[in-house]
Amino acid sequence: MKTISEHVLDIVQNSVRAKATLIEIIVNENKENNLYTLVVKDNGCGMPEEILRQSTNPFFTSRKTRKVGLGLSLLKQNAEGANGSFTIDSVPGEGTLVKAVFQKSHLDRPPLGDIWNTWYYTLLSNPEIRLIYKHCTGAGSFEIDSKEIFDMLEGVSLSQKEVREAVIEMIINNLKELEVIN
Amino acid sequence: MTKIKTVADLKRIKDEVQSKIKLRENSDHPEQIVQVKVGMATCGIASGAKETMKYFVDELEQQAIDAVVTQTGCMGYCYAEPTVEVTLPGKDAVVFGYVNKEKAEEIIDVYIKRGELIDGVIPITFKTIDD
Repeated sequence: MKTISEHVLDIVQNSVRAKATLIEIIVNENKENNLYTLVVKDNGCGMPEEILRQSTNPFFTSRKTRKVGLGLSLLKQNAEGANGSFTIDSVPGEGTLVKAVFQKSHLDRPPLGDIWNTWYYTLLSNPEIRLIYKHCTGAGSFEIDSKEIFDMLEGVSLSQKEVREAVIEMIINNLKELEVIN
Repeated sequence: MTKIKTVADLKRIKDEVQSKIKLRENSDHPEQIVQVKVGMATCGIASGAKETMKYFVDELEQQAIDAVVTQTGCMGYCYAEPTVEVTLPGKDAVVFGYVNKEKAEEIIDVYIKRGELIDGVIPITFKTIDD
């Protein structure tokens, strides 16, 4: 995966398959301790200890369509390759928390990428899931909550061109202000 | 125009749109809508499925084709990602492999608009070597 946003697009699918109704994507950039943290947290079905232990094994998957499962393995590899760490915690019936820490200044830390498209396309396919994206930097933070957006839309379709462009523009403008992107 | 930065700004856009458009009655005629499902598991994403999905969303809207574009999981054709399943109204689903922008354009122009099949279809009888 070339960007953080592609990892998120991928990892979030795990939460979708775990029947989560709330997924939180949190990116935290910290200049002072030079850390860049990605957290994906869901309230899905979780997994028992023996499956959790296998979750970053590339030759383990719960799918039937193929024999490899690379999503978490690739994220772990990227985090560790950028001098960081990777943890996954899960409680059956309560949810799962995936945390990848990168050294912010590390050359191999993937760039953020088009996280706005990740948020939008995930929501387009899973409108029943409450999807929150939060980005924190030393300068402040930005949060977008799909529930707030749908409440505001009052039935107007998210896929309506003007709405789509406005939502994406809003995310980009806020990230620009936080100097997350140029 | 001021920059869109808050949900209140979004609401202004929404209100403008709402007054302009008649709400599309998609849900009343689901059988008349073209369904496009883009394979978006690890294999698909790594092969550029996000760009493929973006292209379908933008292009189908641009050409005013009544369609729903969604993500789907891995269909087991990882070697041929990005894969896209297209279901035309009243027809069986067809899965296309190696769908980059050029292929997507061909799918829209030839298959979705004219109903003619094109190269690159993954046959449903296809089985992996293990099966």
